[in-house]
Amino acid sequence: MARELLKGNVATAEAAIRAGVEAYFGYPITPQTELLEWFALRMPELGRTFLQAESELAAINMVYGAACTGARVMTSSSSPGVSLMMEGISYIAGTEVPVVLVDVMRGGPGLGNIAPAQGDYNQIVHGGGHGDYRPIVLAPASVQESIDLTVLAFDMAEKYRAIAIVLTDGSLGQMMEPAELPPMQPVFRRTPSWAVSGAEDRDRRILSSIYLNPEEEEVTNFRLLDRWNQIEANEVRYKEYNIEGAELVVVGFGTAGRVALSAVRAARAEGIPVGLIRPISLSPFPSARLRELADQARSMLVVEMNSGQMLEDVLMVTGGKVPVEFYGRMGGVVPFPDEIHAEIKRLSFEPLSFSENPRKSWMERLALARN
Amino acid sequence: MVVEIPAEVVYQRPDAFTDTVTSYCPGCTHGVAHRLVAEILDEMDLIENTIGVASVGCSVFAYNYFECDFVEAAHGRAPAMATGIKRVLPNRFVFTYQGDGDLASIGMGEIVHAAARGENITVIFINNANYGMTGGQMAPTTLPGQKTTSSPYGRDVEQMGFPIRMSEMLATLDGVGYVARRSLHDPKNIRLAKKSLRLAFETQARGIGFSLVELLSTCPTNWGMKPVESLHWLEEHMLPFFSLGEFKVNPALSQTPITRGRLALDAD
Repeated sequence: MARELLKGNVATAEAAIRAGVEAYFGYPITPQTELLEWFALRMPELGRTFLQAESELAAINMVYGAACTGARVMTSSSSPGVSLMMEGISYIAGTEVPVVLVDVMRGGPGLGNIAPAQGDYNQIVHGGGHGDYRPIVLAPASVQESIDLTVLAFDMAEKYRAIAIVLTDGSLGQMMEPAELPPMQPVFRRTPSWAVSGAEDRDRRILSSIYLNPEEEEVTNFRLLDRWNQIEANEVRYKEYNIEGAELVVVGFGTAGRVALSAVRAARAEGIPVGLIRPISLSPFPSARLRELADQARSMLVVEMNSGQMLEDVLMVTGGKVPVEFYGRMGGVVPFPDEIHAEIKRLSFEPLSFSENPRKSWMERLALARN
Repeated sequence: MVVEIPAEVVYQRPDAFTDTVTSYCPGCTHGVAHRLVAEILDEMDLIENTIGVASVGCSVFAYNYFECDFVEAAHGRAPAMATGIKRVLPNRFVFTYQGDGDLASIGMGEIVHAAARGENITVIFINNANYGMTGGQMAPTTLPGQKTTSSPYGRDVEQMGFPIRMSEMLATLDGVGYVARRSLHDPKNIRLAKKSLRLAFETQARGIGFSLVELLSTCPTNWGMKPVESLHWLEEHMLPFFSLGEFKVNPALSQTPITRGRLALDAD
């Protein structure tokens, strides 16, 4: 397959189609709508199911029903719509059926705006639905990675009977860049031993997330946790840049990680020993690798397009081994590489101290810069 | 001379029923509704070809009682879940079984849009004028003046609005193939209910669109009545407000005879 100039949302949808998605249910919301529109165009001509639901609530429950048959299914939305889906996500997790969701994040909270942001990190990574479950979360930083991780999300969801979320943002969804699509896979109906399809020549099957007896629910919680331990052992993904000999390690995912890379490269060119780790699987989180880097580095800088949601996880896994600082922009503002470059320079030349509260000191620096 | 009359079984447990102890209260008409559904699954030889969608409410355990595949939906979302199943398995028979809180309150959006799309599913809708499982709170179907645990002074329509007549409302939608309201308070009406359920299942079998049968039901426990009293209460109070009958019958339904035996559903 040749590289083509592709828009992120369209490429993500086409990647799912080529991965053999059999049914898509969704609802319009900016900056995600091109996914819905692409499925609307493509699915009927391929004889597959496309349905525009009456709400995100209905869309996720249609996906839930279709997933119970063993079919490869997905939905997509953007932040406010994903909030509405949280009920269904919890039921899907509790019923142990595989589903893929793409969240094209935008500024918030509330109606917010339609600009790229990363404010859904906590909601998605730490599970916004009720109860005890952990979703698989993959964060691309380019159109190519959006394609690759969408295909991977289906395989992982089905392998672990879990929900896999591709966490992208308005920038990655709307941008166009050269990328290569995978070859077309045929749709084949999986017939897993748990799927409902009509009890012909077999015992009936029931798919439910209800376990009225607390002991049985706990057994289910343990089963989910056992599966999660396998996911943590096998599915951690991250990418590193200039990490060799880096005394300052920048941590950023998705678009923030991509912007940070420009800053890291510029700083390296100036001779500053700085590297970048870009977590690709936000859940499972690359905790072990971050701990190793905390041993190697003199300091760390977490860069996000939110108020420091992943920062909490980095602080937790590095456990005070190394000073951790934070730089973020919020509300749909994408940082310029220069802003991160300035932070890298500051951390390279200023005496290092363990900030009591990296978020607070970042806010103070930002306030000074604004005056 | 002794004439031997061969014994004929005229009444038995439907094959579509599992051998399970009921979780419904004594005197509740859920059992009657379940039996009618099971009889029709038997008569149409559908049990191996059916996926049921249970909802949240007293019928949350409906999946325990039928010999077919079942899923359990979130509160109100059964029509959306049924849509997802039917769209990927169009040659399977898909039905939901929902109460009035589930269907007419929290699930109002899902039921209206499934009906409007003409989703080829069948909905069995139990209207017992209150929330049964949570202990008898006011439902969208609670009658004006009716006392419940969340309308202890009686439903004041000035404050709490009016009950909703779902069948009449859904009958206005073009996607609906069949919608009827029946009652389970006496044998004659139970027979009519079965006829309507059969027609609703036939609607799906023939691909005519969305079908729904609303069944007026009793809730002796939460109404605070003996079973027989509750049947009388239904007749005296619910029937004047919720009129019985068929509100929409697609003409295609009356032109073809009732299917006998196993259905020849379209292949994939």
